[in-house]
Amino acid sequence: MAKLQVNIGALSLQNPVLTASGTFGYGLEFADFVDLNRLGGFVVKGTTLRPREGNDYPRMAETTGGMLNCVGLQNPGVEHFCQHIYPQLKGLKSEVIVNVSGSSPADYAACARHIDALEEVHAIELNISCPNVKDGGMAFGVTCEGAASVVREVRKAYSKTLIVKLSPNVTDIASIARAVEAEGADAVSLINTLMGMSVDIERRCSRLSIGTGGLSGPCVKPVALRMVSQVAKAVKLPIIGLGGIMTAEDAIEFLMVGATAVQIGTANFIDPAVTMKVVDGIDRWLDDHGIADVHDIIGVIG
Amino acid sequence: MKYSHSLVVAAVERPREGYVLLKLRLPAEVSLSDIEPGQFVELLAPRAPHTFLRRPISVNFVDYADRTLWLLIHEVGEGTRAFSALSPGDKLDCVYALGHGFPIDLPEAESYLLVGGGVGTAPLLYYGSLLHEQGRKVTFLLGGRRSVDLMQLDDFGRYGRVCLTTEDGSTGERGFVTAHSVWATEHFDVVATCGPKPMMMAVAAKAAEVGIDSCYASLENLMACGLGACLCCVEKNADGHNVCVCKEGPVFNVRQLSWQSYK
Repeated sequence: MAKLQVNIGALSLQNPVLTASGTFGYGLEFADFVDLNRLGGFVVKGTTLRPREGNDYPRMAETTGGMLNCVGLQNPGVEHFCQHIYPQLKGLKSEVIVNVSGSSPADYAACARHIDALEEVHAIELNISCPNVKDGGMAFGVTCEGAASVVREVRKAYSKTLIVKLSPNVTDIASIARAVEAEGADAVSLINTLMGMSVDIERRCSRLSIGTGGLSGPCVKPVALRMVSQVAKAVKLPIIGLGGIMTAEDAIEFLMVGATAVQIGTANFIDPAVTMKVVDGIDRWLDDHGIADVHDIIGVIG
Repeated sequence: MKYSHSLVVAAVERPREGYVLLKLRLPAEVSLSDIEPGQFVELLAPRAPHTFLRRPISVNFVDYADRTLWLLIHEVGEGTRAFSALSPGDKLDCVYALGHGFPIDLPEAESYLLVGGGVGTAPLLYYGSLLHEQGRKVTFLLGGRRSVDLMQLDDFGRYGRVCLTTEDGSTGERGFVTAHSVWATEHFDVVATCGPKPMMMAVAAKAAEVGIDSCYASLENLMACGLGACLCCVEKNADGHNVCVCKEGPVFNVRQLSWQSYK
């Protein structure tokens, strides 16, 4: 049993394995397959100030080694989360992190303020990188000024650990990371999905209702690793790495290029118990290699 | 309780070209009667490199005697062809049983018309068998383009009367299921349907037309997780809100949906 505990800002995780927003519901959907207490934590579905219907069906297309989605932040709104879902998530040993989205900096801040009041939620993940909504989301995450403006407003409203989820749909992700670091973010998570497309040639149309969607799954892992590596060199903030992790070995790759923790996303759709296998697999790999503490592999590839 | 198991293939049958009937052995820990008719499973396609997601397949039948779960699969792509290539003794990675099925405890509903089209007939076999066991009156109305499309007729015949339609008139009455004479000659308390969406919408409209209040349809929207997490498989409900077919359905009372026929 190696030491697996890591810190993301003031947030202590019993192990470095989290789930990615939008892929694990509110955790409860996976309770038959996963011991939620054994996760480092889970990031619940993107939450906005007001309820959102999301985009029209179809919202998903399978691709080689992955999938596209254009769900568009369907969620019941922050008040519903606080009143009806949060009470069901209390008392867990794993950290519950709320992914927060909005259409203006003030919107994000108002949503974050609601979450700040929840005693057992010690962190939020700011989604400035959703590729599937017109009003906000990725619009903020693709420029340094946009990213900084959201983080600045939310930082005033939110006192606990503030994680900012970065978009890969940019020329220089390191500069965006530096911009959010300068505004007081406590950590960054990357990557959100890559914008993509899939065409039905018989019907001569996109397979997705809004034309484009976010690509995820093992096909994006090499891009994600490269970006985590770049950001690790650019900022001092702890990094949460994600993008196509299917196995413990995939997770260890992210740790080695500089991630302090990882998120499992699309893999939850293929194997609902995958997170347990990744936690156990990291532990076993460290034991097999005579490594006593996971920190001994974090960032070993410079 | 939902399970994720590697299930042993007990038998592989081919009811017709392009279709495979898999019978999977269920472990002792699984309570067979907990599997609802109309629920589905998510299968991982073996040795199918371009297939990434699981494939949702409806429960065709649960054989309590030999503890097998039956899945009738139409081969349409690489994933479904991979299931067809399985042999007895092979293992298949299966997450089950998912979603909400057809109602089996409706008070004062004695007669049921179960309307299926193509491979959509599959879940009606298990549903009809449970209704028959309860002493309800079951009529199956099964439709296809040609007679070869109508499968498992002997199995259906064990649990109720079987009415057939084909578009070419080769078996049963000629035309669509909604044109069958049984709609005019008999009364049913409940209609349940599974098949192509246009067919199910027409069945719902027909049920409304002949004064049947209770109509259930099983949807098969494209989905990823099957657990209500990814929110990809949504359908608009009667209030205009998006609901997950995998979790709220796949079986809906059509009044819950935005289909016009019941508005």
